[in-house]
Amino acid sequence: MDGPVIEVANLTHSFKDTVAVNGISFSVKPGEIFSFLGPNGAGKSTTINVLTTLLALQQGTVRVAGHDVASDPEEVRRAIGIVFQEETLDRDLTVWEILEFHGRLYSMPHAERRNRIDEMIRLVELELKRDVLVKHLSGGMKRRLEIARGLMTRPKVLFLDEPTLGLDPQSRIHVWDYIRQVNREGTTIFLTTHYMDEADSLSDRISIIDHGRIIASGTSYELKNALGQDIIYIETADDVKTTTVLRTFSEVKDIRPAFRGLSVIITTDGTKCLPAILDRLKAEGIEVMSANLKKPTLDDVFVHFTGREIRG
Amino acid sequence: MGTEFTTIYWRDMLRFVRFRALLFSSLVQPALWMAFFGIAMTSSFDRFAALYPVPAGAVAVPYLTFMAAGVMALTTLFTSLFGGISLLFDKLWGLLREILASPAPRSHVLFGISLSGMTKSFIQVIIIMLFGLLIGVKFFTGLTILQAAVAVAGILLFVGVFSLGFLFLSSTISLLMESPEGLQAVITLLSLPLFFVSNALYPAESFPPFLQAATAANPLTYLVNGIRYFAIGPDFYALGNHYMYTAGDVVLSFLALVLFALVMFAIALRTFSRAVVS
Ligand SMILES: Nc1ncnc2c1ncn2[C@@H]1O[C@H](COP(=O)(O)OP(=O)(O)OP(=O)(O)O)[C@@H](O)[C@H]1O
Ligand SMILES: [Mg+2]
Repeated sequence: MDGPVIEVANLTHSFKDTVAVNGISFSVKPGEIFSFLGPNGAGKSTTINVLTTLLALQQGTVRVAGHDVASDPEEVRRAIGIVFQEETLDRDLTVWEILEFHGRLYSMPHAERRNRIDEMIRLVELELKRDVLVKHLSGGMKRRLEIARGLMTRPKVLFLDEPTLGLDPQSRIHVWDYIRQVNREGTTIFLTTHYMDEADSLSDRISIIDHGRIIASGTSYELKNALGQDIIYIETADDVKTTTVLRTFSEVKDIRPAFRGLSVIITTDGTKCLPAILDRLKAEGIEVMSANLKKPTLDDVFVHFTGREIRG
Repeated sequence: MGTEFTTIYWRDMLRFVRFRALLFSSLVQPALWMAFFGIAMTSSFDRFAALYPVPAGAVAVPYLTFMAAGVMALTTLFTSLFGGISLLFDKLWGLLREILASPAPRSHVLFGISLSGMTKSFIQVIIIMLFGLLIGVKFFTGLTILQAAVAVAGILLFVGVFSLGFLFLSSTISLLMESPEGLQAVITLLSLPLFFVSNALYPAESFPPFLQAATAANPLTYLVNGIRYFAIGPDFYALGNHYMYTAGDVVLSFLALVLFALVMFAIALRTFSRAVVS
């Protein structure tokens, strides 16, 4: 397939009087890892539910793996895999039975299915839990099992709704590795996450979504560059006065309150700009306690576009 | 035609044998019903039956035998009406999402769940037959082994189609309900009139005309007819009534059940294809 594997145009979805998704458009190329980054209630899961045919399309057009979700939902389902945000495991089946059930649901041939189940159980390191009931697994193990299940059918497009929710740091890194591995083998990945480091490390492209709208899109690099060259964290005796002074610099793009002091986005090389700023503040009689220069991170991008820290 | 329904069936049966308490009660309950209700009622009903003489040479059937057929039918009714509950639980636990997002056709999901419900009814009906024979129910009298096997197959055929019909109905209700309590309420409301306006435990012949009409619209009546025909015979007396079933009656009863099951399937499929994840 040469065209985009996911094509969304003007998608709007409402629940009664809540507009959960408000006219979003985007496309994902084959083989990409594409991430939706957004605070709680932004509309990420709603978008996934429409793309995976679990919610009926209300407005707009959506094509997944070349098929229209409204007119051809069966073909879409054949092409996709999903890891849901909420637990979707039958607690009274064993690890092996969960995977066997899933493989049969997708009509995987017997031999291939059995091999894949073994492979998946090894991949998520549940060998010792193979015949244990799901209700006796820990939370993180259940999540790993769900991920194994999502990966096992080798779908064309895999939707992962906050896949590493509730995982310990080591397991998260492992899961990132599995995701990269299936992606290398040709599966396009659509990911939602709250974790900046996750989006940053995995994604080819990222869209930031808030209040049902896409407010920024691009590679992680582009998003950070769009923000500015550098960020200065500065802590002074008088933030209000400092803000007024800094606004007179043409290099200063944006000033926001930070944890302590201010975070100042600048459009030029910070190593040159910072001494000039410090000189000016001294001349104005403002005491500077600390100043710190760094490159923008995805967190800064997120705060810049959504106007707040991640709502956890 | 794929085989995805066998997958759904497999999982549902796996859960059935895994929930020990549920398995145990569904196996023991019909036998208990036979034992207590049957034996208690038989002693009083048979006294009345003695008041009605039976023509010479005719078959007079004791109440226990008469009602055993009814207990088989009622057990099938209740088990099937509740059978759709696994769909409700799947919905409430979010498990239905995995299935709905998969390529397995909706019809297979319905069919798989209903087939497992049907299997449970088969098991119960066979237990009632065996237990009944043990406590003196006069089923299959005068039949050769082969004829008895055909009769059992006939009974299972009726039970199967009937239970599928009610399982589809139960699935529809489950898909529309938000809680097991809601399902329970609707089912109780449904099952009582079905139970009473039928010929399962007493003759419907002496009902007033409007109740007789209701009896004719009750699928349970047709199931009971089928079971009695195969288990007791085409011509017998019970509780002072003369029962006669021609082969034509039996075929018509069967077709009525088939029609019922098909209509219920169509309704369930329609409901299911509109189901979305909430
Ligand atoms: N079934 C529903 N009925 C009514 N409103 C809903 C439903 N599902 C979601 N919403 C609303 O739609 C909006 C978007 O929800 P959605 O689940 O898509 O957010 P999200 O980005 O996935 O958030 P989170 O990060 O918390 O998972 C929210 O305002 C939510 O309350
Ligand atoms: Mg969500």
